[in-house]
Amino acid sequence: MSDQRTFASPSPSVLEAFGGRILRGLDETGRTALMMIAALRWMGRGRLEFRETLVQIHRIGVESVYIVLVTGAFTGMVLAYQTARQFIDFGAQAFVGGLVGLSMAREAGPVFTAITAAGWVGAGIAAEIGTMAVTEQIDALRVLATNPVRYLVVPRLAAAALALPMLTMLANVVGGIGGYAVATAAGVTPGTFIISVQRYVEPWDLAAGLIKAFFFGLIIAAVGCSRGLDATGGADGVGRAARGAVVTAILWILVSNFFLDLILFRGGRQ
Amino acid sequence: MISEPASAPSPRPGGPAGPSDVVVAVRDLWRSFGTLSALAGVSLTVRRGETLVIMGPSGCGKSVLLKHLVGLLKPDRGEVLVYGCPVHALPDADLDALRIRIGVVFQSSALFDSLSVGENVAFPLRRHSPLPGEAIAARVRELLALVELKEGTERVMPSALSGGMRKRVGIARALAMRPSLILYDEPTSGLDPLTAQTVDELILQLRGELGVTSVVVTHDLVSAFRLGDRIAVMDAGRLEASGRPEEILASSHPLVRRFLATRAVAVTSS
Repeated sequence: MSDQRTFASPSPSVLEAFGGRILRGLDETGRTALMMIAALRWMGRGRLEFRETLVQIHRIGVESVYIVLVTGAFTGMVLAYQTARQFIDFGAQAFVGGLVGLSMAREAGPVFTAITAAGWVGAGIAAEIGTMAVTEQIDALRVLATNPVRYLVVPRLAAAALALPMLTMLANVVGGIGGYAVATAAGVTPGTFIISVQRYVEPWDLAAGLIKAFFFGLIIAAVGCSRGLDATGGADGVGRAARGAVVTAILWILVSNFFLDLILFRGGRQ
Repeated sequence: MISEPASAPSPRPGGPAGPSDVVVAVRDLWRSFGTLSALAGVSLTVRRGETLVIMGPSGCGKSVLLKHLVGLLKPDRGEVLVYGCPVHALPDADLDALRIRIGVVFQSSALFDSLSVGENVAFPLRRHSPLPGEAIAARVRELLALVELKEGTERVMPSALSGGMRKRVGIARALAMRPSLILYDEPTSGLDPLTAQTVDELILQLRGELGVTSVVVTHDLVSAFRLGDRIAVMDAGRLEASGRPEEILASSHPLVRRFLATRAVAVTSS
């Protein structure tokens, strides 16, 4: 009996869908990059919208303080809880403070703050600008001889790049305090915890985390603005822009975090 | 394709129109979105001080044409000259300088949600005029009075306004820089008949008092015949007929007859 099996090749529609997704991703990335270049040109010419930038610093920075306080504190607390229990069992409580401090400064502080901000700030930017796009407000800006990149994008980029390092610093501080509280409650003596932090956390660890936060701020604002400006099709389009901004920003934060680590921690103490 | 009306446009009172009288000249304009042809060889002229109404069914390309007049869209082929300047080919700085001379009233009013009524009207003045703050505030009050909005409205946010009031604020903002050409995109769309009549009267009053040149895009026949010195009828991206209101009413063009027949009651009663 002949073998009647047919060997199914991948459906062209699946390949097309996959290829289409890749092309759309490249297209979005390209448009975001072009928008960033235009924004940097405006910044280079010193054409900052000071009032709008201050408004955005308030929205992106000040209004995010409470959520960053909560996420930062609980991140430090959970780090201390997991490490203190294990390290005390091995008699290594002298390392708990250092591990919590280093983790917060290098990774948890900047990355968790950025991911929180991607949801809180990035979605807000995309929804606000997206709503402006679908209600002709962006067209109105243009016909009123006002460049949308200069008026909308530059202030948000500047505000996010400034606010994210400050929020990260705040997360580091409250994370350290939370970690200290949990570690001492678990049996690490206060002096041991503080000496451990002083011994293992160096200024560069904090600085590198803040440098990463600066780039994460740019990513969040750039993706939010780009998705917002490209929004079409009413409320549904605005929703898609906001969702897309969050997912894309988080992906870019995680990918760029790896490469920033490679650059920032290449030569120093590992 | 009918690039110009079969009947010649009526010259302005006082003699035949010369080239310097032409404010807007559109020549063989083509524009597609993907496979959809939005404009297919449109040509028209608008003379100083006249009101041209462009009407036609939804999706016929009226708004797309209007966006070309102010450089929000670039044509695939053809020319758009406003005050003799090729809008489609101007560099950004020159286009902005031209846009300051043109007022645009959007279908959705396109008021900036984050700014109060007063800030919306003052927006172009703050950005493009050397007027001090007090003079700008006085001009805002004057403009709001012109569109018959009572004192105190300047402090209200756009979200608190009715549709008719939003249109008025949109008109006040469009007038802020004292433009000599105003483009109206569906100025009475979504308004009840009484409010629509009030907006029409406001447009007529502006024409009478300020002598501005106007291009009005509408599918509202009552408005079209109330406002237009000339009426152009579009369908499927083409200019099918053009002439004085009485010529359009007498036209034997099948589309015009069909369009008029569907709204015969409204036109008769107007």
